[in-house]
Amino acid sequence: MTKFTLNGRTVSVQSPADAPLLWVIRDELRLTGTKFGCGIGFCGACTVHVEGRATRSCITPLVAVAGANVTTIEGLHPEGRHPLQEAWLELQVPQCGYCQPGQIMQAATLLKDYPDPSDRDIDAVMAGNVCRCMTYPRIRKAIKLASARMRGGEASDPPA
Amino acid sequence: MKSRIAIAIATVALLGTAGFFLLAWRPAIAPIEPPPRSSFSTESIARGEVLAAQAHCGSCHTRPGGERFAGGYGVQTPFGVIYGTNITPDPETGIGDWSLEAFERAMREGVSRGGSHLFPAFPYWAYTKLADDDLEALYAYLMTQPPVRGTGRKNELPFPLDVSALQAGWKLLFFRSGRFEPDPAKSVEWNRGAYLAEAVGDCSGCHSPRNALGGARRGHAYDGALIDGWIAPALNDRNPAVVPWSEEELFTYLRTGVTPLHGAIGATMTPVIRDGLALPIVPDSDVAALSLYFSEMANASARTAGVEAATQRAMATSSLGIVQQYDPDADLYAGACMSCHFNAGPAPLAARPELALNSALTLSEPTNFIQVVLRGIGANDGAPGLVMPAYASLGDREIARLAAYVRRTRTDLPPWSDLEAKVAAIRRDVAAAH
Repeated sequence: MTKFTLNGRTVSVQSPADAPLLWVIRDELRLTGTKFGCGIGFCGACTVHVEGRATRSCITPLVAVAGANVTTIEGLHPEGRHPLQEAWLELQVPQCGYCQPGQIMQAATLLKDYPDPSDRDIDAVMAGNVCRCMTYPRIRKAIKLASARMRGGEASDPPA
Repeated sequence: MKSRIAIAIATVALLGTAGFFLLAWRPAIAPIEPPPRSSFSTESIARGEVLAAQAHCGSCHTRPGGERFAGGYGVQTPFGVIYGTNITPDPETGIGDWSLEAFERAMREGVSRGGSHLFPAFPYWAYTKLADDDLEALYAYLMTQPPVRGTGRKNELPFPLDVSALQAGWKLLFFRSGRFEPDPAKSVEWNRGAYLAEAVGDCSGCHSPRNALGGARRGHAYDGALIDGWIAPALNDRNPAVVPWSEEELFTYLRTGVTPLHGAIGATMTPVIRDGLALPIVPDSDVAALSLYFSEMANASARTAGVEAATQRAMATSSLGIVQQYDPDADLYAGACMSCHFNAGPAPLAARPELALNSALTLSEPTNFIQVVLRGIGANDGAPGLVMPAYASLGDREIARLAAYVRRTRTDLPPWSDLEAKVAAIRRDVAAAH
């Protein structure tokens, strides 16, 4: 049995220690906002936060998060109104939507490290999150909108 | 005549063997009733707790996820696996019936209460240097911890290495007993650092190479060594870090497990920091003393002029890999590494370990790079709050290409050789460890 904190709540899970965190989150804990994409850490669809930082959950074994804080897209903001989520809605970023939870989780770490990112910073930090629908220009725009609002003091990242 | 010579040789051999075992024989020290807590002073127990943290006893005497000090961690040595013993005060499976005299003999001479020689994976050759009152404090602390029953695991050593009496021979060759001797030419702080490093923390246990018999190689102290499949880098002036280990950098690293200019701890350094030097009970002054000692050993002050330039060079490489034209290696890097390791500058962030400044890239072997890519770093390993997924799903060839790419683009050093074979070999070790 492994214990960790998921979206602020302590959970105990039965999956084996080497089970990918993604499977535990989706299949055992039934939170399906986090998506399975490539399964080898190369597409970013499975991005969650571990200790407040973006991590690919499909290649993070369960044992690696024992005792740690894990946040999924469901827990990024209690009402789903993180500045990034609001910007995403406002600019209608998604097309099919499959990669977008991962995009938003990765963008949240980007803004934590670089509150006012340049285009280059966005390209670099978001490089591991691919979007088959090519929504990249809107993702970039939404990150900048959220960044501007967050720096204006409208909202901030919730506690991990 | 021939038979006489044979008899003479046999007699000498027999006498020699008998003599050796006579020399190797150590008496048992009588067991005692576990001493009550009231027989120790509160100060002594508290002091022992700090020393046990600084000596990171749990590194070997606590199994991952197991009860503290109950033993079971397997130290991988070239001779076989040696398991840490139970040092809780359980009278049957721990050290509960050890008198102070027995504890002192084990610590200073490497002989268990029962009289058998301990393997030199246990660094009695460092603890022989401990001050008497520190040794007593450690005893007081350990004897007042909760006893845990646990039989421990049998060492995996081939015959005849498992014959403990033979360890007496190792001692003749490599062990010199004696207390720590301060260097009068150095400051009090430096000597404190030296004492903590050499008598308490046994830093050389991992960071100094050993000879074929497991003894310290003379003249190579702190040249770096392979430990549990990872390279513990050189801590002397052969240290491979791009930016020198100033006292400030060392202090931050030893206190928190990570610095922006050097990156994060990993592997066997984790308990040294997280169950040791990072604990609030360890005084800042002791961490500062260790930092002074090793900063001087690495001759860092002679290299401070280059820090700014080295940082700028590193920053200039950080965005390499944002793919404009198709480069399959850069593409691999961008897909797997860049989202966490990119630094916008002007200086790197501690939470984004900058590869161009990391010794995993500048060591002469790719060992640490391959290890961390295959294993990742869990929340309980490495620096607190920094987790890395395990890229074991990449093939040997892809990891080899990544290694070659970061070495080529982030350092001026010659390429690593036989990368694919090295990845495959380390992958086998990682799989065997699970």
